[in-house]
Amino acid sequence: MRDHNGDRGGSIHVGALARVEGEGGLEVVVRDGKITDARLDIYEPPRFFEALLRGRRHTEVPDITSRICGICPIAYQMSACQAIEDACGTVIPAPIPAPILDLRRLIYCGEWIESHALHIYLLHAPDFLGYESGLHMAQDRPDLLQRGLQLKKAGNRLMEVVGGRAVHPVNVRVGGFYRAPDRRDLDGVRAGLDQARQLALETVVWVAGFSFPDFDHDYQFVSLRHPTDYPITAGRVVSNRGLDIGVREYDQHFTELHVPHSTAPHSLLHGDGTYLVGPMARYSLNSGQLPATVMAAASAAGLGATCTNPFRSIIVRAIETLYACEEAIRLIDAYEPPEPGWVEVTPRDGIGYGATEAPRGTLYHRYQINADGTVAAATIIPPTSQNQRVIESDMRAFVEDRLDLPHDRLTWECEQAVRSYDPCISCATHFLDLRVQRA
Amino acid sequence: MPATGKAEGRPARPTLAVWKFASCDGCQLTLLNCEDELAGVAASVQVANFPEASREVIAGPYDLSLVEGSITTPGDAERIRHVREASRFLVTIGACATSGGIQALRNFRDVDDFLSIVYARPDYIDTLRTSTPIADHVLVDFELRGCPIDRRQLLEVINAFLHGRKPGIPGHSVCLECKRAGITCVMVAHGTPCLGPVTQAGCGAICPSCTRGCYGCFGPAETPNTAALSAWWRELGVSRPDVTRAFRTFNANSGPFRKEAEANEGP
Repeated sequence: MRDHNGDRGGSIHVGALARVEGEGGLEVVVRDGKITDARLDIYEPPRFFEALLRGRRHTEVPDITSRICGICPIAYQMSACQAIEDACGTVIPAPIPAPILDLRRLIYCGEWIESHALHIYLLHAPDFLGYESGLHMAQDRPDLLQRGLQLKKAGNRLMEVVGGRAVHPVNVRVGGFYRAPDRRDLDGVRAGLDQARQLALETVVWVAGFSFPDFDHDYQFVSLRHPTDYPITAGRVVSNRGLDIGVREYDQHFTELHVPHSTAPHSLLHGDGTYLVGPMARYSLNSGQLPATVMAAASAAGLGATCTNPFRSIIVRAIETLYACEEAIRLIDAYEPPEPGWVEVTPRDGIGYGATEAPRGTLYHRYQINADGTVAAATIIPPTSQNQRVIESDMRAFVEDRLDLPHDRLTWECEQAVRSYDPCISCATHFLDLRVQRA
Repeated sequence: MPATGKAEGRPARPTLAVWKFASCDGCQLTLLNCEDELAGVAASVQVANFPEASREVIAGPYDLSLVEGSITTPGDAERIRHVREASRFLVTIGACATSGGIQALRNFRDVDDFLSIVYARPDYIDTLRTSTPIADHVLVDFELRGCPIDRRQLLEVINAFLHGRKPGIPGHSVCLECKRAGITCVMVAHGTPCLGPVTQAGCGAICPSCTRGCYGCFGPAETPNTAALSAWWRELGVSRPDVTRAFRTFNANSGPFRKEAEANEGP
């Protein structure tokens, strides 16, 4: 219905971006051979999560915010739990026990595997091979799609065993899990993960063989950093330009800007403006934390310690998928069921902060909780809102070098470029600018 | 892509379109989560319009349309009419499309407050005052419930469509499938408030299997006795505002849940 791709004089207009999560388009305006504007149009209808959370119980927040995104519900549940536990003073002096934190990391690995496999095989790889979709690719190479689906299934199965189901898991609660899985439950997914690790390794080799345009940039990367682990569920917020802050200091350094062409406000870092979150940023800031086995695969795939070409982010996703498989296996092998599966989180008047690494990048939550446990205010900053500005400035540079291409070819290449950032538009479309609220 | 089918006198495969309105994408993702069955589905139907999965768009009309999401903008209220015109058989999938979804909480509040809370510039946003199910706007041939929908139920709906029969989707409560799975009743045994007695089955009773009470994400079962359940919850010590909250989540706008939430509101 929104099929209004087409030549509009001096503009390149990708009407409805396919193979992204949610609804958006791209508009690039060209005047006299120069790009005058590049806009990622987001017309996904707003759903007002930050408003509808007000007055809800603190215990309801993980289930409600999960519904922001069906592709990364665990990211929402985990950032929400962390922020609410922080607001309720659970982290100090009564921390969440390590076995519960490990179980959170385990289910999060499942989401990374599921989401990255979806993006690699169904959303992004078809572009590199000239197919309209993963299903078209499967007409020539059914084995490739099958490999991707089996990999994805291993992630989904892990989420089902720990979380009850793959989309909007039900077993996560503030303070931990309603029921910690038995050892036997996890043994049941162990074999699938062994196979998935092999499939992930094959995936790394496969995507490393794609052709990548030269498109390196001097990005400002932002991600979490953890003292001992590759960041998934916790860490400080760091950048490659010297930022190193606790999650509680986030609001002092980042700000949101509402623009007319998007229902998702843009996020900016004070002083330095645009920045990039997601696998490229995570990898470039934390590759030193990856195990030797994973770094060996990265090195064989031609990745150095950093990655600055968004087209090559597909290799980083494959590497992170491999890591998530290995990490899940490690966590399962060391698993002792926490007893009980959760700690009591008693509400109190307070503000809490949480940030975790969604497959697409850092996902920040902040809640103000009343003494009776109801939510007074909520702020949610998803990865895609943080990446919008970079996508727009990158697209400007990308198109400028390719103005001579035939229109259809250029349109497809623009789509492929935008898909490199794995924009999740469903996520991006609900935020709160609390600066305005406070003003 | 060339038109497929018609080879060897076989009829063309029916065409499938997947549409998105206000939603989280989780229900259409459920189709891609049919990892073991996706190749079979793709062999049985021609995926003609599924933007999340393919950039190819084959012009309608479409034999089967799966519609995810609720109607929340004037533009979408118009777009769903075009989708209906282009669809022979239209199935809504998920709580947003069948009841209005979590975003229907706006129906009970002032949407202007919502706008100013979320957006610095409310004037940039074009939205309706309500979030409504697809069936409030156009004729719907079948509604598949759930937040998200269940993968097996989705396959059953597609299978039933391919064979020209009614989908075998039971309208009874979660209690039946909970009992059948041999799960101890969380409400009777542990005093845990559970919406299972009034919620439609289909999820596999996953919440009680985690020792948690059902939270109603499949919406009301047929002929639910919500008043009796509320009374039971009150005996378990649940406050009236919390009863209202429980009925006012992902299917807040569906009749029996909406009425029960309202009945527990106010003095």
